[in-house]
Parts: sequence; structure tokens; C-alpha cells
Amino acid sequence: MISQSNGFATPHDWAGRYYHIDQILDASGPRTDPAFSAGDEVKDFLRNKAKILVIGAGGLGCEILANLALTGFKDIHVIDMDTIDISNLNRQFLFRQKDVGKPKAIVAAEFIMKRVPGVTVTPYFGKIQDKDEDYYMQFNLIICGLDSVEARRWINATLVNMVDGENPESLKPLIDGGTEGFKGQARVILPTITSCYECSLDMLNKQTAFPICTIANTPRLPEHCIEWASVLEWPRVHGEKKMDTDDPEHITWLYQTASKRAKEFNIEGVTWSLTQGVVKNIIPAIASTNAIIAASCCNEAFKIATSSAAYLNNYFMLIGTDGVYSYTFEHEKRADCPVCGGEAVDMSISSELPVEGLIDLLVEKQDIQIKKPSLSTANKQIYLQAPPQLEAATRPNLSKKVSELVPPGGEITVTASTLPFSLSLRITYT
Amino acid sequence: MIKIWSMKKNEDAAAKKKPKTSAAQIRVQKDLTELDLPSTMQTYFPDPADLLNFNLTITPDEGMYKGGAFAFSFAINPNYPHDPPKVKCTQKIYHPNVDLEGNVCLNILREDWKPVLNLNSVMVGLQYLFLEPNADDPLNKDAATEMSKNRDTFLQHVKQSMRGNTIKGISYDSVLVH
Ligand SMILES: [Zn+2]
Repeated sequence: MISQSNGFATPHDWAGRYYHIDQILDASGPRTDPAFSAGDEVKDFLRNKAKILVIGAGGLGCEILANLALTGFKDIHVIDMDTIDISNLNRQFLFRQKDVGKPKAIVAAEFIMKRVPGVTVTPYFGKIQDKDEDYYMQFNLIICGLDSVEARRWINATLVNMVDGENPESLKPLIDGGTEGFKGQARVILPTITSCYECSLDMLNKQTAFPICTIANTPRLPEHCIEWASVLEWPRVHGEKKMDTDDPEHITWLYQTASKRAKEFNIEGVTWSLTQGVVKNIIPAIASTNAIIAASCCNEAFKIATSSAAYLNNYFMLIGTDGVYSYTFEHEKRADCPVCGGEAVDMSISSELPVEGLIDLLVEKQDIQIKKPSLSTANKQIYLQAPPQLEAATRPNLSKKVSELVPPGGEITVTASTLPFSLSLRITYT
Repeated sequence: MIKIWSMKKNEDAAAKKKPKTSAAQIRVQKDLTELDLPSTMQTYFPDPADLLNFNLTITPDEGMYKGGAFAFSFAINPNYPHDPPKVKCTQKIYHPNVDLEGNVCLNILREDWKPVLNLNSVMVGLQYLFLEPNADDPLNKDAATEMSKNRDTFLQHVKQSMRGNTIKGISYDSVLVH
């Protein structure tokens, strides 16, 4: 009984193609989820129905794309805003010398489709922020292989916000991988159910920042000279002109400025690539770390998509600096997380109620215990208790009707010192 | 696919849809509306609708900088509070920990910043620099050397600079409160 038996074979599915994967999918095991249905149904889902999004086509992304394609995912989408740099070629193995300068997402998609028959990879060369909820809604699963904290915070908040209590399809599992040198982590985020990326923001390794007075007066390291050039000299010489760390001319200027400084203080080791590394905060990427983390992410994607085994709950940490050490634990959701924590309350008020009246209602509400609430919507302030200037600027709103400021079904963010973080009100009118 | 939804139904109904307001924006609103500043510090928002860019004036009521009003600009980026606020002194002042471009040497603005700190901690830290300038972390080297070697001259320089005088060829901004 080899793989032709799955009944959904396409011309690309030659005999034995999925022999090894099918060992897992053809029969349930001691750790399979009760909902697991061995055989054709699960294979059909994985190979013909599941749609997966990969964010990032760099060091982790290349590994993730290859793993997913070889595991049997056939409808893969990939987003990346970068183009290929020659320094990527040592580990981002879907790219060749001839591809330098081309968009990572497009080259990676073409490579995978050529190499793994029957797989469709749809690239998008651009920012994740270009896409709206409708776009993210089409996927079953999302895997992130990003090196940017900001981008991760954005996709995390977007997926948490997308969860709609009325629609099970709106909950998209997010698998997040990250590496820094020999360290890495893989985690499974079930938006609104498990802890989210924002919940763990304080666990991040801090990027090294040197005291500004050391940079200014007592440089000892080549990095101090580079920081001096970028933090102090650039704004002094170029004024308002913004430094673009992707512009080779800017890096060259910083490199030359830092070199002069280094010479003055007898410091060795300022190079062009170190300059680029320091200002872009590049941590050396290690191919093997990327491979391990990507494998872990894809393993989770496979388990979640097929229910063939228990998935990670919820944080896997790899420390390869001294030997190989790993630790898996359940990172707990934070009640005061600004993205997934706090509370949301439905409030039905009269369309005649002034803002002042709403504030009184909140203060009187026994179950939430708010003192001195400040109110805003996503794009404007309604009433802020402080500082005095903003209080005065928003005071005229107190006598306005809430319905003039917030549309039916609209949301108000309430902050107050007595709240752990914030409360959101969904307003309907009577 | 695993059936996640059943897990969702089992938990309490607390987690409903959240607003579209960004985490940075909510955090800034929280920080600003809960500022607990002494009368020696005042914020000013050039555009009251923009909470991410504002000024702070510090008017120390004791110490060697008493009588002056010192202006700082705050710029908060969307990655706050992962990234610290960017703070600059907008005047040319004679202070060991502030250079002539307005850069400020305050540990919590750079190497010791943590997301649990807030705008209040930064403001209190800034005010402290005027009460206790620190000659060990110099950004204006002349001022720092003077402070540790010849305190009387340093105090004189501080007074003169605050009136807008020139010290060692550098003219400082007048910062006296009228
Ligand atoms: Zn969270």
C-alpha cells in the first residue's frame, strides 16, 4: 500500500512520493488528537485544501519554504519586502549569484516551484502592512520567520484583532520562529487563547546599546567608533537628513567617519561590514540554527494542519552557545498585555448620552472599578484626564454626544491608572 | 486542522474583539494620562492630536540650574515601549551630560531602557540631571572637567551660560525664566 492509494493523486504524485509522510498520516498513534482521521481525508486536507502563509523569505524563510513543500503543503504563499544581497547567499540557499538584487519572495517562489513539482508558491514582494484582514483571512496557518520586532508585533496584533467570537475561521494559528546567532525559539500562538508575541516582549534579548558618554569620550571598541559616527556625527553633520542603513553611500560615510575616529584613539577593527552590522543591528546568522528552528516551525505546522500529534505548548527555546540545550515551557498569557489582555465590554447607551455621562457610567460600574478614565478611539482622542493641555483640548468633547464621536459598533479604548492596561468598549446605541 | 475553536468556547468570554488601536498608542495614552509630574515640569503638545511628539520644560526649583527653563523634545516611534523615546535638549546649554547638539546622557534613554519603564521615569530622570549633574558621564567634556576640578568656576559658568553668555568661545542659549 504505497501512496497511489490516497485517491487524490495528481500527475506529480509519483509512486512513493509521500511514503514517509504517509507513515504518520495513515494510522493514528498514541498521541494523535481525537479529531484525527487517518488516511485520505487528512491527506486531502494537507495536499489539496490547506493554504499556508510564510512571512519572510530570508534565512528562516528559505528553510521553511523548502520544508513545507517537501512535507506536502501545496498551496504556499510568501511575503517579503527585501531584495537579495550577496551576503545572503551563504545560507539563503534558494538564491544564486544571478539573483542578487531581485526580490526574495519572487525568486524563492520560483525556485521551490521548479524544484518541487505540484507545489504552488504565490509570492508577494512588499510589506505585510500592505495587506488587510481579508488577505490574512484566506489562510489556515501562518508561519513567521522574521528578524524584525516591529513586523512581528504588527502581525501578532493583526491576528489577535481578527478573532471574531462568531466565526471559528477567524482564529489563525501563528507559528513564530526567530534566531540570533546560536540561539533561537519557535512558538505556537493561538491568538486570544495562548500568550501572544506582545505578552513576551520583555523576554527579548536587549540589543546592545553603549552609554552615549562612552561613545562620546572614552571609546575602546570599534563598535564605539561606529556608534559615534551614526548617533552623534551623522545628525551633527547632516542635520535633518535621515540616515538610511540600506544605502551603501551612507554606510561608506559612516565607515570613513568611524575609521578616522578609531585612528585617533588607536582602536583597530573598524571595517565596512562591521559598520553595516552595527548600524543595522545585525546579529551573525548561523545556518544550522536557522535549519533547526525552521524545522521545528514546520513540524508544528504539519501537526496543527493534520492533528496527527500534539502540538507545541507553546514555547521552544534553543540555546546552542554551549553544546546543544533546549527548553520547552508554557509561556503564560499576561492579563495586562496591551494586545490580547485587558477586557472588552459591550455597552449599550442612549444616542443622546454625552461623553460626560459615559464617564460617570464607567466610574459607577462596580465590576470594573475605574477611576479617572481617559477615552479615545483608534484615530482620535475623546477625553484625556491629563496632562493639563490635553485635558483642556479635549474638554469640549465632554458635552458632546458619544454618538457624534463614535459610530454604532465602534470601539473606545479606556485607560486609567486603576486598570492593568486598558479596557475596550464596544458601543451600541438605543 | 486541529479544532482550536472548542478550546476557545471553554474559556471565559473575556477575550472579545479588541480595538484597532495600536499597542504603542494605548501605552502612550496610558503613560501620558498617568504622568505624575511635580510643578517643575510641564509638557507641551504642538499638535494636541499627536501624542507621539511633544516638548517638556523643566524649571528646577533648587540646585545650580535654578532659575532656568530647559526645553526637551520627545519623539516616540511605533515600536514603543520596545524602543525608548528619543529625547533631545532643544537649547544649547552648558551641562556636563548634555552636548551642544542636544544629546543627553541618561542611562534609561539607551543602554538601560526597559519596556516596564515609562515616560514618567524618563522625565524624572531628566530632572535629576539638573539637580545632580554627573561629571563621570560627560557629554560636554569641558563642563565635566570644570565641574570635577574647579567647582566654583563651574558654578559661575553655569550661571553665565544660563544668561546666554559665551564660555570658551561657545555661545549658549539664554534659558532664564522671565
Ligand atoms: Zn498578549
